[in-house]
Amino acid sequence: MSTPRPTITKRPKIAVVAMQGDFEKHIQMLLRLGAEAYPARTSAEIERADGIVLPGGESTTIGKLLARYGVDEAIKTAAGQGKAIYGTCAGLILLAREIAAGTGQRGGQPTLGLLDIVVARNAFGRQRDSFEAELKIPVLGPEPLHTVFIRAPYIVEAGPEVEILAAYESKGIFVRQGNILGSAFHPELSDDDRTHRLFLSQIAT
Amino acid sequence: MADEQKSTWKTKVGLAEMLKGGVIMDVVNAEQAIIAEEAGAVAVMALERVPADIRRDGGVARMSDPKMIKSIMDVVTIPVMAKARIGHFAEAQILQSLGVDFIDESEVLTPADDAFHINKHDFKVPFVCGCRDLGEALRRIGEGAALIRTKGEAGSGNVVEAVRHMRALLGGIRRIQSLLFEELMTEAKNLGAPYDLVVEVHRTGKLPVPNFSAGGIATPADAALMRQLGAETVFVGSGIFKSGDPRRRAKAIVDASTHYDNPELLAEVSNDIGEAMVGINISEIPKGELMAARGW
Repeated sequence: MSTPRPTITKRPKIAVVAMQGDFEKHIQMLLRLGAEAYPARTSAEIERADGIVLPGGESTTIGKLLARYGVDEAIKTAAGQGKAIYGTCAGLILLAREIAAGTGQRGGQPTLGLLDIVVARNAFGRQRDSFEAELKIPVLGPEPLHTVFIRAPYIVEAGPEVEILAAYESKGIFVRQGNILGSAFHPELSDDDRTHRLFLSQIAT
Repeated sequence: MADEQKSTWKTKVGLAEMLKGGVIMDVVNAEQAIIAEEAGAVAVMALERVPADIRRDGGVARMSDPKMIKSIMDVVTIPVMAKARIGHFAEAQILQSLGVDFIDESEVLTPADDAFHINKHDFKVPFVCGCRDLGEALRRIGEGAALIRTKGEAGSGNVVEAVRHMRALLGGIRRIQSLLFEELMTEAKNLGAPYDLVVEVHRTGKLPVPNFSAGGIATPADAALMRQLGAETVFVGSGIFKSGDPRRRAKAIVDASTHYDNPELLAEVSNDIGEAMVGINISEIPKGELMAARGW
């Protein structure tokens, strides 16, 4: 008896930047969705990916380590090739064009400048102000998304090519520009995988 | 305003998740805090004296002066942690009111209660606590700790206790996984640990919160050792600012925590970083002065 074999589709290779932060949570979620996700600490590991995730963590730490090991250039090159990129929290900060004055740009904290936005760091306050909330995000469907914000940034300024996908208390917290996504919240810390599905849907196969 | 819940368990453990793969450094003033942030620390622990000096000076070690903690919060954008004495919930209330991002209920300070720890569920700010083995870790999590660090022996510059505690903790987890379900209640009794957490560890094979390492880490190789043994981040206390060249050593230990499994790179970052802190043999520390033994 022969049963039809399932169609073997190409599993997208996702480099999850693993200099520091909650990269394991992203990897677990992406593996569950069928992607070939792996931790990336070198330029070579970035270069062989179809898409890139910049996780949550400390943006100052991740930014310095990206620059020390030349991984920042590899990510910019990948963006230039049209590869999909998604940054959460610290990752959103690193993707921004600029960090708002007074929120931690001493010594010129380097960013990748791939999203035409200005972000304010720790913009909702210190840890005791971290929160969870149900947010309506039309691009993810009618069901609200359960979101977790931890010492989170928000977007204070966005260029004309930036789509604001969601706002909280009128602050932009989820954006898209071409193939690049950024969120101030951490979908990797909840069980709802719609945000990661949206990211995977933007990967050219 | 949308339905917003602040300071939930998820946001507490979430901050611990964000600190993974990094280095948390003890600092005693704003200048050291800036050096730590510039080196790439994921957080700083603000305290008046590093453990090596507490050990040298003797006497009662207490929570730091709020003015000193605030001076550090003012100059860095990374999370700031501070220590309260074991059981001293009034110190913890003060630290919370200052807005510190994490409270360490720490054996490095002189315990204020010789039988009970703080009820950490009562606080908005997350807590980290030390442990020497699985039972101690699960008791602290049961009390509300959102992050566990193995204790090691603070201020010793000697990694042997950190290794012993990490192996004991992870060995305890492996043992629970190997047990049959009906054996878990007796195991919980023997460990002195909450039964539901023992069941959870049996099911998942890991602690319900992140697991870091502290106490005696002095070199990039020490950091790499602890990371390979299973520590998700390392705390470095006296090891940086008691060394010959804190700036270079701080940066090298940050690099080592990220590239912990890459020996060629570890060789490179370990090059020419000045004298390490001297360190002491654990057997030379009088028994009553061992910090790791504090905790119930």
